[in-house]
Amino acid sequence: MNLSESFLTALDALLANKLRAVLTMLGVIIGVAAVIALVSIGNGLDAFITGEIQSIGSNLLFVTTDSENSGGYPALSLDDVEALSDPFNAPALAAVSAEIGGQQEVIAYGINERTAVNGVTYNYFDVNNYVVELGNGFLQSDLDTRARVAVIGPEIAETLFGDTFPIGESVKIGGVSYEVIGVTEAKGESVGSNPDTTIFVPLSTAQSRLYPRRTRTGERAINLITAQAVSENQTDAAIEQITETLRDQHGIIYASDDDFTIISQTALLESFSAITATLTLFLGAVAGISLVVGGIGIMNIMLVSVTERTREIGIRKAIGALRRDILLQFLIESVLLSLIGGIIGIVLGASAAFALSNFLGELVPTVDLGTIVMATSFATAVGVIFGLYPAWRASNLRPIEALRYE
Amino acid sequence: MVAQTIPATMQARSHNGRMIELTNITKAYAMGTQTVHALRGVNGTIDRGEFIAIMGPSGSGKSTLMNIIGCLDTPTAGTYILDGVDVSDMTDDEQARIRNRMVGFVFQQFNLLPRTTALKQVALPLMYAGFGRSERLERAKAALEQVGLGDRIDHKPDELSGGQQQRVAIARALATEPSIILADEPTGALDTQTGEDIMALFQELNDQGITIVMVTHDPEVAQCAQRTIQIRDGLIVDDGRGQAEGDA
Ligand SMILES: Nc1ncnc2c1ncn2[C@@H]1O[C@H](COP(=O)(O)OP(=O)(O)OP(=O)(O)O)[C@@H](O)[C@H]1O
Ligand SMILES: [Mg+2]
Repeated sequence: MNLSESFLTALDALLANKLRAVLTMLGVIIGVAAVIALVSIGNGLDAFITGEIQSIGSNLLFVTTDSENSGGYPALSLDDVEALSDPFNAPALAAVSAEIGGQQEVIAYGINERTAVNGVTYNYFDVNNYVVELGNGFLQSDLDTRARVAVIGPEIAETLFGDTFPIGESVKIGGVSYEVIGVTEAKGESVGSNPDTTIFVPLSTAQSRLYPRRTRTGERAINLITAQAVSENQTDAAIEQITETLRDQHGIIYASDDDFTIISQTALLESFSAITATLTLFLGAVAGISLVVGGIGIMNIMLVSVTERTREIGIRKAIGALRRDILLQFLIESVLLSLIGGIIGIVLGASAAFALSNFLGELVPTVDLGTIVMATSFATAVGVIFGLYPAWRASNLRPIEALRYE
Repeated sequence: MVAQTIPATMQARSHNGRMIELTNITKAYAMGTQTVHALRGVNGTIDRGEFIAIMGPSGSGKSTLMNIIGCLDTPTAGTYILDGVDVSDMTDDEQARIRNRMVGFVFQQFNLLPRTTALKQVALPLMYAGFGRSERLERAKAALEQVGLGDRIDHKPDELSGGQQQRVAIARALATEPSIILADEPTGALDTQTGEDIMALFQELNDQGITIVMVTHDPEVAQCAQRTIQIRDGLIVDDGRGQAEGDA
């Protein structure tokens, strides 16, 4: 008797009891659907975060104060930005921008709103991948003169001015009026901040009017330097050059630690990917457990089925079925149960993932072939592992006792 | 045909006319602390082409003996030679092969598979014998025609009368063209008329050269056989050849 005969015999037995077959499959269906849906969402999350980080710009390096080594003062100032902008100090850098920010009360047309107000250098929009859609960005002269001008995000523009054309309007920030000279293109909310509701003003203006903090040596402070390396493979060199330049700038002696921290976009990507990978694995494992529970359900029903069909097994053996024939018949039954359950589960899981994507905004669940192959093979393995014992029991029945079974 | 799948050794020795040779066959069942001796040293032979009836009181060991003859069970001790081959100590799978190729069973309770058409029932032993699908169905159909059920091949057991079900069982026993048919009270669940029809069928098969061993409680049914073996308390008390085995 060959494999396809065993297959047909097993299929016959399953079709003879469809309701039971479907109920038995349910555990595997739910398990596989959960694996597919959760892993797809995990993958989607990874793609989403990667996209977010990449949308910030390319080959970026972020320099911030290391509060543990800076004695409670901000470490960075515009002098550092100038030093880093000098190609003699940092040839691996293409551009260097800086910002300082916080939350401010802003008022326009009697509308009062609390939102992020950031002081930025004139090249900030270029380096950070912002497009000024309406009007203009800042000029070096705006920074030189501490001009009271603002470039605002599209959402805050809508909130404050509604249908009124915002360019040329004025907005009060910290009690002082600023002229709106530009509106940025919508970027969408990103991890931890929303550029669409942010108001940008010249760095020097922000430093003197909104955020007057100073460094240990009395320079006006900045929060963040964003530097762009000339190319991706120059990022390591850029990190080295920034470190050396800033240590020199800050007069840090050989034995002391840096009072600043450099994070590269690549490192950021890697650490977020590691987090989402762990999350995906965790979700997959939780779903995998339900698949194992489904397998136990199969074993349970197969054991019942073997007992119920003892007489059938006896008859088959009496007319010449070998142990192998009986073993295969029952094993194929359980594998069919788990495999068909697995396929239904894949369809359901993928549908659930896409149905969920309506609620997840920009997070698009990604059903990839690897997940499908993994879930299918796992389901099949569950069928084999949990089907083996019942099938072995069936094949070991003594024909004479099986025939006598009532 | 089927013969091609039987090892040459089996065929080579089959010319001496002896089909079954039982020597000191015993069968004991351990029931807790007690031991039940179902067979207590059975000796006897059955020749090729014989039609044997086995009779005896209930519990005397008739079914036990039939099961051993049919390789469904192994004796506790003793030697059983079937068609020249010692089958006393075979493994499960070896026994299964013998059952498949040499023996056809007919049971009192028919023992058909539920929800399975007559054609599929009869084709089943041929599937385990390794025949291809089309040949299987062809032979199954021929076997069903032989027992007079050519027009019922697509009926399931619950769509057939008792007599028809027993005919399906006989067709299934015939399908692999076995040397022996073993029937344990084949008419036990049938009315007299149907029982007579079944016996006529057996007679016909026996005329074609098939050895038939049949257990029955009905002396009239036993009349159909050429020889009647009497069993009592696990021993053959009369082998129908005129020389009794005493219980000493
Ligand atoms: N599996 C078993 N376990 C224990 N004892 C058994 C078993 N099978 C049979 N026996 C015992 O062996 C003896 C012979 O049983 P067997 O079935 O061969 O009798 P029988 O002649 O076929 O009877 P009947 O005419 O009622 O069918 C009986 O005493 C029975 O109780
Ligand atoms: Mg009996």
